Amino acid sequence: MKGIGVSPGISIGKAFVLKKAEAINSGVLLTNEAEISQEITRFDRAVSQAVDDIETIKSATQPSLRDDDLAILDAQIELLTDPQLKADIIEKIVSDRKNSADALIEVIKSFVQLFEGMDDEYMRARSADIKDIGDRILSHLGATVNSSPQNFEPNTIIIAEDISPSETITMDISHVIGFATQAGSKTSHTAIIAKSKSIPAVVGCGDQLGTVMNDEIIILDGVSGLVYINPEQGIIDEYMVKKEAYHQLADKLKALKNQAAVTTDGKKITLSANIAEADDMMEVFEYGGEGVGLFRTELLFMNRDSFPTEDEQFEFYKKVALRSKGAPVIVRTIDIGGDKHLPYFDLPAELNPFLGYRAIRICLDRKELFITQLKAILRASVFGGLKIMFPMISNVQEIRAAKEILAEAKAELLNEGIAFNTDIKAGIMIEIPSAAVMADILAKEVDFFSIGTNDLCQYTLAVDRMNEKVSHLYDPFNPGVLRLISNVIEQGHKNHIHVGMCGEMASDPLATLLLLGMGLDDLSMSATAIPAIKNIIINHSITETKEIYKNVMHMDNSEDIIAYLEGRAQ
Amino acid sequence: MTTNDYIILASQGIHARPATVLIRLVKNFKSAVSLKRGDKIVRLNSMLNILSLAIKGGESITVIVEGEDEVEAAQAVGLFFTEQLKEL
Repeated sequence: MKGIGVSPGISIGKAFVLKKAEAINSGVLLTNEAEISQEITRFDRAVSQAVDDIETIKSATQPSLRDDDLAILDAQIELLTDPQLKADIIEKIVSDRKNSADALIEVIKSFVQLFEGMDDEYMRARSADIKDIGDRILSHLGATVNSSPQNFEPNTIIIAEDISPSETITMDISHVIGFATQAGSKTSHTAIIAKSKSIPAVVGCGDQLGTVMNDEIIILDGVSGLVYINPEQGIIDEYMVKKEAYHQLADKLKALKNQAAVTTDGKKITLSANIAEADDMMEVFEYGGEGVGLFRTELLFMNRDSFPTEDEQFEFYKKVALRSKGAPVIVRTIDIGGDKHLPYFDLPAELNPFLGYRAIRICLDRKELFITQLKAILRASVFGGLKIMFPMISNVQEIRAAKEILAEAKAELLNEGIAFNTDIKAGIMIEIPSAAVMADILAKEVDFFSIGTNDLCQYTLAVDRMNEKVSHLYDPFNPGVLRLISNVIEQGHKNHIHVGMCGEMASDPLATLLLLGMGLDDLSMSATAIPAIKNIIINHSITETKEIYKNVMHMDNSEDIIAYLEGRAQ
Repeated sequence: MTTNDYIILASQGIHARPATVLIRLVKNFKSAVSLKRGDKIVRLNSMLNILSLAIKGGESITVIVEGEDEVEAAQAVGLFFTEQLKEL
């Protein structure tokens, strides 16, 4: 079974199924005014008892209560005493003659539906809080029972449909080693609590999880989101080994989060992350990323019926800018074509799509699309440290044309009186061999280079990675590829512009020392890869990496190079 | 009556935590404080109503204050949106 892994780690333990009693609408109607005022009084009393509950939890758990938990409890008090909630319930008691419990059930249900229907994931997750406070008041009206036990046996994995905020705080989870829930998302309480307590958790497993019974053996992988129910011994053994390895590595890497990536001889290396949307930003900082070396903008253009408008794009980029807290973010203009197609943008089939109509080639041809995106990025640039990067540059004319359109976009915004960062930096991806060879020429035109090793490797070696018959030839350690990369770094630095790398090679531990030796000081990769690369950097010196680089450049084939690098990595 | 426009400086928008702080802040004043986003207006005393606006980071909202201590109330709410919200 597969859900969403929201808190990393591996757990092997016994299931405890958390069941919730569902309140039932009694359908009783009130017959006279006396009953009506009595029900209103009962409701008020139940609310104040519910508030007392929360106050008790607050004082009983302090001072161990974390800030976040305290905020959840305070928010619950505000929800319990919400004037709108009270007004709606009194309306139902008075006008519809419902008793207080029925009125509450109906009002809560309609608020839950309202929040579940919102397009914001965070707000959708708040429906659980509303349900939770409803249940709490109901329990004081004698209409439902709260059954969460206070103590669990050691090595318990909690299985539930969903876990309510107050349950996550009041449960004694000292013996709980994992959570798996049917519902939920990355922002649900189970996820937040599990993460803050470093307990592996998987949410959104679906109905199948409902078949689990108490004491069944569960394996839970909070990274991949996999959940096994009563697995075979072989799988258990396999996961025992994985768990041990995970813990050792996690301990080591966790210690590095706030440590700067500085070599033993004092050179600072910048480690950034590649992202696709604003929600990725949290992970970037969590793994110690210092910014974004590649923000792919394609996600916004996919899964829809038409091109996003300037305003829609602006919102998308602004969200990233706001969450980046001033850290640099390199926004790559759209890279469609090749293997990435849009349902509403008809690109004729091509014989060689990777050598065809894609990325900057489309943008320069369809200027109206390009200028819309550039204006949106410029507008968002006042909210954070955005930079613009053009992909698939093969000659100097393309850079000049792109910059001309960028200037037009700026002029239009000036005319419209809309603010943007007038000093925004513009750079290019180096992923076509011609660009790498003439890096000395291109460096005079732009503010920065970013080496995209995936395409650079594919184009330099004339290898289609997807074609299994030739994929073994795809080899970033091919001396030809290494010479190109080295040239880009050297020429970039000679011309005093910034050079980074955002391809897969940047996250390959085998390549790190070699790249440092070439003089590269900015690597961007998926956030989760950052700690491992940092661990390499802080344990070696630049002097050492220069020697490695020199030796590698004397080797004539990648087998020798890889074997040598493996030896040095030991 | 005083009205002021603010841009939401917290990237996550007005979620439960800032809403709690805001409601408690407003309770200190006698004036009626309302929040307007687009064509929707809600009183700043209901968590459910505030959250149901789903106000996101970067959006602009209008605060309307009316009552005997409206100058002080508007000032306090203004400080919340321009300074405190960033730290929540």
